[in-house]
Amino acid sequence: MGVSIEVINLNAWYGSNHSLQDINLRMPGNHATALIGPSGCGKSTFVRCLNRMHETNPIARATGTVRIGDLDIYTGAKPVEIRRRVGMVFQRPNPFPTMSIYDNVAAGLKLNGYSNQKHLDEIVEKSLKNSALWDEVKDDLKKKSGASLSGGQQQRLCIARALAVDPEVLLMDEPCSALDPVSTSKIEDLIFQLKSQYTIVIVTHNMQQAARVAENTGFFLNGRMVEFDSTHKIFTNPSDKRTEDYITGRFG
Amino acid sequence: MSTAPFQLRAKIRTVTDHAVTVLAVLATILVIAPLAVIFAELVYKGASSLDWNFFTKVPAPEGELGGGMANAIVGSAVLLGLASLIGVPIGIGSGIYLAEFGRGTKLANAVRFTADVLNGVPSIVMGVTAYALIVFPHISFLPFLGHFSALSGGVALGIMMIPTVCRSTEEMLLMVPHVVREAALGLGVPNWRSTLSITVKTASPGIITGCMLAFARVAGETAPLLFTALGNQFWSTNLNEPIAALPLQIFLYANSPYEDQQRMAWAGALVLIVLIVLSVSLVRYVTSRGVLKGNS
Amino acid sequence: MTRIRFQQSLEDLKENLLVMAGLAEQAIQRAIEAYRTRDLSICDLVSRSEIAINRMERDIDQAALDLLAMEQPMAVDLRFILSVIKINADLERVGDAAKSISDRVRHMERIGAVDLPVDIPRMAAMSADMVRKSLQAFIEGDAELARSILTMDDAVDQMNRAAYKALTKVMEEQGHLAPQALNALMICRSLERVADHATNIAEDVIFWVQGDDVRHPKSVAKAAAAAAAAASTGAAPSDSAPANTAPAQS
Repeated sequence: MGVSIEVINLNAWYGSNHSLQDINLRMPGNHATALIGPSGCGKSTFVRCLNRMHETNPIARATGTVRIGDLDIYTGAKPVEIRRRVGMVFQRPNPFPTMSIYDNVAAGLKLNGYSNQKHLDEIVEKSLKNSALWDEVKDDLKKKSGASLSGGQQQRLCIARALAVDPEVLLMDEPCSALDPVSTSKIEDLIFQLKSQYTIVIVTHNMQQAARVAENTGFFLNGRMVEFDSTHKIFTNPSDKRTEDYITGRFG
Repeated sequence: MSTAPFQLRAKIRTVTDHAVTVLAVLATILVIAPLAVIFAELVYKGASSLDWNFFTKVPAPEGELGGGMANAIVGSAVLLGLASLIGVPIGIGSGIYLAEFGRGTKLANAVRFTADVLNGVPSIVMGVTAYALIVFPHISFLPFLGHFSALSGGVALGIMMIPTVCRSTEEMLLMVPHVVREAALGLGVPNWRSTLSITVKTASPGIITGCMLAFARVAGETAPLLFTALGNQFWSTNLNEPIAALPLQIFLYANSPYEDQQRMAWAGALVLIVLIVLSVSLVRYVTSRGVLKGNS
Repeated sequence: MTRIRFQQSLEDLKENLLVMAGLAEQAIQRAIEAYRTRDLSICDLVSRSEIAINRMERDIDQAALDLLAMEQPMAVDLRFILSVIKINADLERVGDAAKSISDRVRHMERIGAVDLPVDIPRMAAMSADMVRKSLQAFIEGDAELARSILTMDDAVDQMNRAAYKALTKVMEEQGHLAPQALNALMICRSLERVADHATNIAEDVIFWVQGDDVRHPKSVAKAAAAAAAAASTGAAPSDSAPANTAPAQS
């Protein structure tokens, strides 16, 4: 189910700010890849190029090739189609405030015109089970609003919502940075299980988290990707001194 | 180390705290007082004239007693309904354009400026404009032009509603957190669908408040109706003919030499305020129930 | 530079380990000196310093544990702390070996000296030199110097084997010299152990500085050969060790 992601000569700008320079890498399918780096290094910009959210900003543009599986996402499909195949979970949980839990999970499908009620019920249940939230909310699906859950539950709800449209890739932009340690652990365990079905890219400030969940890690600095290797190598014996300085806390 | 200056400062702080609280309460009272006084006066002067006749009969002919303002109540409802039909969709639509699709464009800036100017146009000028556009011109194949009519009154009121609805819609939409929009976009929802189904829905309580504000404002307007709806002493709900309205009727009776009619003017004023409050509350109640249920 | 307190803690850890290393090196030098001069007062010094070395082992391990738990060290810092913990253990064993040698010297003093066909001073000098070099490599983070120590261990092993042969022959042919021969044999064994520990320290320095695990090259080679042979014949290897490559996280 998960496909590999290949990035070739990706460059991105915000206005005149050249925020990503010549990014090249390959992220294997059914693996989790972590992206680390100091604030402003471009990792969030990079991830938003993978589902063409980058261009929703009027002054943003990008050049280069991003291939998800066999599909070149910039020339081969419209942004809206891409975003159905590449799901995204954001830094702060953002369930739709006016919708119930059920409607939140089903939002991606309903808003795209899907209306088979019975099938929707199944999809909602499956997505909530996949994001380890089903047991906690199964009695309140339509009664409680999405915003009435705790922070950790809200983030899992957002994950369920992203999974409901059946993407192949799941992008996670610092998904646990607003959560307490217990919720963080739950979500990390979840990522482990999700790897078998999806390809996951996770941006994180927390290096221990990258070490815990990802097979591969990329280190970004000032818009460039300095090093990309197995997580084991990056955290025990990185090749580039800048990577080592960052992860040992000597700067940044 | 002596604590005396410390204690003195603490005492001053407490006193200041209480003084400011008192001032805030006084200010609130000063705000509510006129409203309370008006309401009390209306009740005092007008409640005695409220009877079944008031709500069911049309005005009595000159010099006779009895009669009521039933036609004016109904007429106001018709006018306001028409005004809302014009003002709310156009206002919300332009508000959505300003907030979602036209951000930063010259057209949006022009629209916003126009709305602000329109807001400041005196209501009598609005009435004169409606007169000039609808009541005055004679075009034979267009039946609603060329005479006083409820339609022209509704148009005048409707145009007055537009700026308020438009600007408050824009403000409320801008207050929807960007992350909610992003969440919808991230799901592969097209931009227009995301705007309507998510952003507008999230902002809907505020948008409805804006509509209510506009509604309450035009409900009491008299001047625009002077040259358009004109007023009517008989039953009429025909859009193509002059129609009675509460503010017009109150104005007419307040200037009347007959004591009976003056008393009815007071009653009319009381009824007008009560009806406005009731309709706003009703809309609030209905829409808040709907939102909680989470209909999508 | 950030994490100043952490950097300082790493420096302190290194300092303390060097103090302990100094004690261990000194203990060996003294033990060899005691052998040469049969001076029992030096044996007492060795016994006392062994106690100090043991205490420092515990303190350094505690400090290293604290750093691991509190500071989440990564990469070179993590490798450094791991090396410190291992070198710590080797230094304590060096102290033990020194004490063992000085105990043997006391015994020899009691039973009287004889000439034996082993060149203990030469072996001692080589072992002590290996210890000194390995500690030098640690102080300077010099992986090349550390690698040069690895080959010296073979020479010491060879000397030990020759000593064993010679002393066994002595015990067979001149049975009454058995006590002295046994003492000499045990001293040789202790010296061989010291050389091993110096080699371990050198391997740990290489791991810290370069991230290379260079231990047990012969075992690694044998396991690889066995796996290759089994693969070529198609049979599953019976007691193959897991491959020594970076495993993908499960």
